[in-house]
Amino acid sequence: MGDSLLIRGGRLLDPSSGLDLVGDLLIEDGLVAAVGDVGATKHLEELDAEGLLVTPALVDLHVHLREPGAEYKEDVRTGAAAAVAGGFGTVCCMPNTSPPNDCRAVTELILARAAEAGLARVRPVAGISMGLSGKGLTEVAELKAAGAVALSDDGHPVGDAGFMRRALEYASTFGMVVVNHCEELSLSRRGAVHEGEASTWTGLRAQPAAAEEVMLARDLLLVGLTRARYHAAHVSTAGSVALLRQAKSDGLPVTAEVTVHHLLLTDEACHDFDTNTKCNPPLRSETDRQACVAGVLDGTIDAVVTDHAPHSPNDKAVEFEDAPFGVIGLETALPALLRLVERDELSLEVLVARLTSGPASCFGLEAGTLAPGAPADVTLTDLSLRHTVRPEHFLSRSANTPFAGWEMRGRAVTTVVGGRAVYRWPDGLLPHP
Amino acid sequence: MAFAHKSLLGIAQLSTEDILTILSVAETFYEISERRIKKVPTLRGKTVVNLFMEPSTRTRASFEIAEKRLSADGINLSPSSSSTKKGETLLDTARNLQAMHPDILVMRHRAAGAPHFLDRHIQAAIINAGDGAHEHPTQALLDAFTIRRQGMPFGRLNVAIIGDIAHSRVARSNILCLTRLGANVRVCGPRTMLQPGLEALGATVCHRLDDALDGVDVAMALRVQLERFGGEALLPNAREYARQFGLNRKRLEHMKPDGLVMHPGPINRGVEMDPEVADGERSVILEQVTSGVAVRMALLYLMAGGSPDSVVKES
Ligand SMILES: [Zn+2]
Ligand SMILES: [Zn+2]
Repeated sequence: MGDSLLIRGGRLLDPSSGLDLVGDLLIEDGLVAAVGDVGATKHLEELDAEGLLVTPALVDLHVHLREPGAEYKEDVRTGAAAAVAGGFGTVCCMPNTSPPNDCRAVTELILARAAEAGLARVRPVAGISMGLSGKGLTEVAELKAAGAVALSDDGHPVGDAGFMRRALEYASTFGMVVVNHCEELSLSRRGAVHEGEASTWTGLRAQPAAAEEVMLARDLLLVGLTRARYHAAHVSTAGSVALLRQAKSDGLPVTAEVTVHHLLLTDEACHDFDTNTKCNPPLRSETDRQACVAGVLDGTIDAVVTDHAPHSPNDKAVEFEDAPFGVIGLETALPALLRLVERDELSLEVLVARLTSGPASCFGLEAGTLAPGAPADVTLTDLSLRHTVRPEHFLSRSANTPFAGWEMRGRAVTTVVGGRAVYRWPDGLLPHP
Repeated sequence: MAFAHKSLLGIAQLSTEDILTILSVAETFYEISERRIKKVPTLRGKTVVNLFMEPSTRTRASFEIAEKRLSADGINLSPSSSSTKKGETLLDTARNLQAMHPDILVMRHRAAGAPHFLDRHIQAAIINAGDGAHEHPTQALLDAFTIRRQGMPFGRLNVAIIGDIAHSRVARSNILCLTRLGANVRVCGPRTMLQPGLEALGATVCHRLDDALDGVDVAMALRVQLERFGGEALLPNAREYARQFGLNRKRLEHMKPDGLVMHPGPINRGVEMDPEVADGERSVILEQVTSGVAVRMALLYLMAGGSPDSVVKES
């Protein structure tokens, strides 16, 4: 195969190598071969990137692809398609499937499906505990050998402090990071909204910010005890950001992520009982949102994620308190985040870092960089392209987005994975050659 | 000029003018309730569905009487709405109801926001008759109507609402309604029953009953759900609640001398208030029930497209 591709004349922005210049990117055999002024070449497939932003393909540490078990919401193929449509080259999928990903067989199934799809790279996160039950360690070494990149019982907070300690110790033996969804259930009672303005106006059962912070504080103390690698999933409160800032300045080996929707929306969005605003952690106050943005800016928060959580219209077309938690985000993340750049809340450089090199280093992924020799996963973004979010056009199987109808500026127009353009806007997925 | 809202989902959506319009239309219907023949042909040919997906005796009876007095065709549906029980979803219910083309849907549901959900899927006007711990707008309107009929001007009114404010749709609707009319509202209860953020609704928070009652015109006690004691740890037991937050003759001395005692019913006698207070000369609890029919007639009339200016002529 003629495996070379030249991306010509774009603004190359790669925080991992401090690169920011207008130039060319040469790809050979699926790897980055050269950046800068490649000069005249012959017989190369070329992509004109003039006026476009050229970055490492985006990396999402937190998605739910629903396979196996709930393929009517999403499967690995549709999820990977949604990913590349949003500019993501790598997504890490959570283990709360049915059966859950707590063993080699499920990890391998997901990887096989992802290989068949040939779109985004799918890197499974396996369970910390058998059946995500909070009891009984999974076979960490085996799961790592099978291809799992981290451990989490996402959706099921690890409630038992003693088990969390053992999980941290055991996982770190094999160099695996433990990821926790911090939610003290006796405080949150799985409340449908944030305890604050939303619950005051709606009367819905609510979860206070402290439900998240209590467990995060406990986990950080356990990291101090064990010195094991720990990653806080979807932090959403000002208190959590402050706890993490302190932990990092104390030198603890912790990293953290925040979701796109917690950076863009507040609990005010829940006032009309729209179930597409129901997520866990819930949308918080404006103070919390601003603290999360500040955490992204100063590096307290390493990664911005989608927590892409597909649900069918039937799942969501019920009473608010009965609706499942979760919103999708792969196809809206970048446009939504670019609003923060437009509003001067974030710089483009920081945003790209938190979507590429930041997440890649949290889980030690070989992704999120344009350094020569790295896998050639590249996203071309048109920062000025205006478009409207139309869920009916999503490649995801689900449409549960809080951003429906939003007028956006900027989006990924070409996504390259392993040296091959797999998605182009507005055409869609590109056929294998 | 017709009423500007398709549905009545909550007090939150109403302006002060809207509320005053409803109260003045209710005045006309109150007079009809005092006639020998109480029935008028105003809503003849209109279909009203009473969809009560949570048990309710009083509110439903009040709506049914209001519908009969307006000559509407009222139909009662009370499917179970348990979230654990498999069966028809609320969306199915909405579609089935829509196929029957009702004009007005009166709805009670255990889940906050259920009327908002139905409102997006059905053409009929919806009147929220109580949704979870969210709103109970007709209760708040009838309470305001009762207060106004006692000749108390809202602008100088001080009201204390006592009880489980956090879990009460009556409290939320009353706070919104009374503050919009210009009254000062204090809420009182143990902190386990007062969620943070009540000030955002316009209320002042008190934890001592005597402070809450000091100089008020109206003391409104909420029904406490006895099952919330113990298990959910909001309070140890009914005895402690009665001693700390129950209304008795002695405590009423803190109020204005002609102050009113109200309760949305049904009362737990000896818990929210002593029997002698419930049945005493300052209690307007039964007057609230009478007002309820008039206010609901007014709302049915307005939601069916009736003009606020020509009620008398038409009836
Ligand atoms: Zn989670
Ligand atoms: Zn998740």
